Amino acid sequence: MTAMRTGKLRYGWRAACLLLPVAAGVLALGIGRLAFSPTQVLQAIGQALTGAADMTALIHRTLWRLRLPRILLAALTGAGLSAAGCAFQSLFANPLATPDTLGVASGASFGAALGLLLGLDILGIQCSALVMGGAAVALTWLAGTGSHRGRSTIVLSGIMMGSVFNALVSLVKFAADEESQLPAITYWLMGGLQNASYRTLLLGAPLIVTGVAVLWLLRWRMNLLPLSDDEARASGVSITRLRAVVVVCATMITAACVAMCGQVGWVGLLVPHMCRMKFGSNHLALLPVSISTGAAFLIAVDTAARSISAQEIPISILTALLGAPFFIALMRRKGGWSL
Amino acid sequence: MTVRNGSFSYRRGEPILQNIDLTVEPGQILAILGPNGAGKTTLLRCITGMLRWTGGDSLLGGESIRSMPPRKLWSRMAYVPQARTASGAYTAFETVLLGRSSRLGPFASPGREDLRKAEEVMELLGISALADKKCSGISGGELQMVLIARALAAEPQVLILDEPESNLDFKNQLVVLDTMSRLASEGMACIFNTHYPTHALQRSDKALLLSKGGDYKFGNTAQVVTEASIRRSFGVEAVIGTLPTPLGEVQSVIPLRIANQEGGHHEA
Repeated sequence: MTAMRTGKLRYGWRAACLLLPVAAGVLALGIGRLAFSPTQVLQAIGQALTGAADMTALIHRTLWRLRLPRILLAALTGAGLSAAGCAFQSLFANPLATPDTLGVASGASFGAALGLLLGLDILGIQCSALVMGGAAVALTWLAGTGSHRGRSTIVLSGIMMGSVFNALVSLVKFAADEESQLPAITYWLMGGLQNASYRTLLLGAPLIVTGVAVLWLLRWRMNLLPLSDDEARASGVSITRLRAVVVVCATMITAACVAMCGQVGWVGLLVPHMCRMKFGSNHLALLPVSISTGAAFLIAVDTAARSISAQEIPISILTALLGAPFFIALMRRKGGWSL
Repeated sequence: MTVRNGSFSYRRGEPILQNIDLTVEPGQILAILGPNGAGKTTLLRCITGMLRWTGGDSLLGGESIRSMPPRKLWSRMAYVPQARTASGAYTAFETVLLGRSSRLGPFASPGREDLRKAEEVMELLGISALADKKCSGISGGELQMVLIARALAAEPQVLILDEPESNLDFKNQLVVLDTMSRLASEGMACIFNTHYPTHALQRSDKALLLSKGGDYKFGNTAQVVTEASIRRSFGVEAVIGTLPTPLGEVQSVIPLRIANQEGGHHEA
């Protein structure tokens, strides 16, 4: 008999999934205005772990206070948005679905903008973003579900709710003080990880980790998501509950990401599709690969964003500029795919 | 599998199905016939509990399916949707493996036993060669067989098929019908919707003929599928003929013309 088609990743790929984000992280620790070679970084990590502290305070501060939290944030955001995007594409059986399909990112952006307008501190802004993100999805869900409604209805009401909250963001901008608040809001909306600190991670990270972990546990069952209603029900699984859990997880993840670093576009669309082209649609392999690739991708892009020029480039500009051509090249080579 | 006194109507509307009684024993095939819009698919969905009967009940092994936990129900009964509604994202093998869902816990992924069962049913249906192909890239007939394999992977006692031979060419129709006959001969109870009275006559032990407005006739196929009942239900004049063939005598229904609605005199 041939090897069993377990659908699981081969051990080589599993190792690659684990190593890729770690390697990206180690490299990224060394890159910046104060540059270190990977060997130096590994030495520093070894010293930090053993407590032998012969580093200068400057190096210590750069590595562990500035770069590490930022790399962790990039990894979490990349992994989270990829997992959420992957879940939504399957849930709506729609290749164009993104983490923002139900309006969560627009809602969270409004929350953050409102927080900035009201002059809240960073924690207050995060909370406001989380609450508004959740509220947007709840409203979308209420508007778009009900008896005899298909999946396009909820996608459409998500788009509507997104436009409502985008309008509210504009309203906040309109009301904001032009000198100080407006630039702050605009920069926030462009997305960026420059606010990373262990304190900002405190609120968002547990939400992202929980959401990703639940999706990861459900990864085989997520294969039922793209099926038609009757097929899914005939699997004996409570499909309504499965969908609800997936929506809650993806919403939580996306809201937390936006709360911590604004709208980071494209990752949730690009990364899962790249992974689908190589690994197929079986979530048993697709989800872990998406999580890992997403983390590594965003670490790389964020490192570029902070080190290409003297001034930081907003990350969404880079995700689109780097991601889209790469994606198109891949798509043309593979001749497309189906969901 | 039994339906007792099953009725169905949408919330504000005429009843679609009224007081349906039917029984299928293990090893029997039941064909459900009727014109478009008579409620064949609705009946199938009610039998399986996907739609709730507004009155009456479905019983599986004497037990009401309403009180049965879904996972228990769907490991005894399996449903084969029409191929055109199926998702094409997965490979044939992944699709078949999804049939094991009712036997796996929420966080579990398929184990050795599940993989073996999926391979076994694909071999049984002669579609092992399709295993690694994407469902979006195989023919309609092949996809229908993959969907039957997925249903069988759940190891059910009752198989429910929604127009399994629609949209298929002659050969693939035979492949699907032969599969159904073989499964029945091994003790499976099969219920299928069909647009072909001939298939019912040739393959099924029992038949249920629906008419618009909720009237129906249920019984042994030979008594249900008659020239008179086809005329009444479909509004079509048809003859049922017996053809001598190398495989013995075979019955066939040939539609002649649309029946005169006024109900006057007709030539035979």
